Amino acid sequence: MKRVTRAVLFFAALIGVWQLVYMAKIWSPVLVPSPLSVARYLESATLDGTLLGATFVTLRRLCLGYVSGVLAGLPLGLLTARFKLMADTLGLIALGLQTLPSVCWVPLSLLWFGQTETAMFFVVVMGTLWSMIIATENGVRNVPPIFARAARTMGSSGLHTWTHVMLPASLPFVVSGMKQGWAFAWRSLMAAEIYVTILSGFGLGHLLHYGRELNAMEQVIGIMLVIIVIGLLADKILFSPWERFLHRRWGTEKA
Amino acid sequence: MTLETELRNESPSKLAVRRISKRFSARGRAVHALDDVSLEVSEGEFVCLVGPSGCGKSTLLNMIAGLELPDEGEVLSDGHRINSPGRDRMVMFQESALFPWLDVLGNVLFGLRLKPGLTTAERLDVARFYLKLVGLEKFSHSYIHELSGGMKQRVALARALAPNPRVLLMDEPFAALDALTREQLYGDLQRIWADRRKTIVFVTHNVREAVCLGDRVVLFSPHPGRIREQFHIDLPRPRDINSVSLAEHASEIMSALKQHTTALNGEASE
Repeated sequence: MKRVTRAVLFFAALIGVWQLVYMAKIWSPVLVPSPLSVARYLESATLDGTLLGATFVTLRRLCLGYVSGVLAGLPLGLLTARFKLMADTLGLIALGLQTLPSVCWVPLSLLWFGQTETAMFFVVVMGTLWSMIIATENGVRNVPPIFARAARTMGSSGLHTWTHVMLPASLPFVVSGMKQGWAFAWRSLMAAEIYVTILSGFGLGHLLHYGRELNAMEQVIGIMLVIIVIGLLADKILFSPWERFLHRRWGTEKA
Repeated sequence: MTLETELRNESPSKLAVRRISKRFSARGRAVHALDDVSLEVSEGEFVCLVGPSGCGKSTLLNMIAGLELPDEGEVLSDGHRINSPGRDRMVMFQESALFPWLDVLGNVLFGLRLKPGLTTAERLDVARFYLKLVGLEKFSHSYIHELSGGMKQRVALARALAPNPRVLLMDEPFAALDALTREQLYGDLQRIWADRRKTIVFVTHNVREAVCLGDRVVLFSPHPGRIREQFHIDLPRPRDINSVSLAEHASEIMSALKQHTTALNGEASE
């Protein structure tokens, strides 16, 4: 409770400073809108449905691409760790492409797929996939060999060892890979949405873009806030439970 | 299969190691781990393999486990050649090798889940039985990192016993523990061995530990790994590691060990 109060007070103070800066009129209100005008924008955008619609479009793109990327990356990572041939080929590509900022996929994706949902999907998958492969491979390589030996003596072999020993043992790495993949996917999707208009759906990035076109700073800041909140919620809802699980089981929690 | 038949002891195995040799290369250097080693272990016997590091005692244990294969010779369990790990031979390692993503009960259940012919309820009962045997029934739902080193090895022992093997292979299982915990575990292991009658092969470099636990102590020397001498320990059980008669046996073996090592150094310097 104390922590919540502290956080609330901090953000109230932040908004207070913002209000003071606005009232001091150092910069034009076009550049620094009042907190109230941002709130009004968010209210009206919520009421007329644009905000929820855009959030839905963006999250659908993100989740679809992200889940596909994770589901493809996990087995590919396991295969890369298991087979030398895969490590020398796919592993190398994954390492190289992971260093490529995922925003850089946007131009290629647009040329290949045009202004379509597929282009968006592709960008998000590219953001997720390589991190996932690298993290999974890394995780498996860091599993103490004694785990596999112990499992063998108890009658585990082949696929059973992979699903019941190697995969759970590499979970700490896999989860951090999932987290990184999420961050990459989220950033590249935003860039793609700002970059290009896709008629099948307006996402948050488009609203941000139009805010700039219309010189509507309250819209720009409002949408930025929404994007931050989504990122925070994803972290708290999607990853915190996993991380708590890992900390409890592996005993890595700080006292 | 009923729970009672499952918990009934499997008869212990007779092991035979026939003229095995093993070479491997470590960091580019050829190591002659075992040279023409033969050993018989009778049903229900507790044998300790002792020797300095590099004498091949752990390699021999791994071969009985089926985790490694000899270059020459063969290892037999009840007359059958050992080619791979099997449920009849369970291993306990120096590090507990317990799985951190499972709780204590889950770890004991791991091997049981791989054993066919049991219902889920029976597996649970068997796991609880062995946790009770090692005195950890209250910790079923603890996580591995919450346990002390001694408790971890108890869980590892319960996990190894749970599938009801005929042979228990122990690779320096108490080496990383403090003296007090170790002494408790000597008592527990002797009690459990008397109760469950397994054939046990126990690797250690601690001579007193070997005398305290073994019916027989087999002395190895390194480079290449060979059996030098064997000692039958006929002290009454349960044995106390601090007793005088045990210390006498230990010092006799210690001097034999030193003798072989100096003899070896002499050979090397020639």
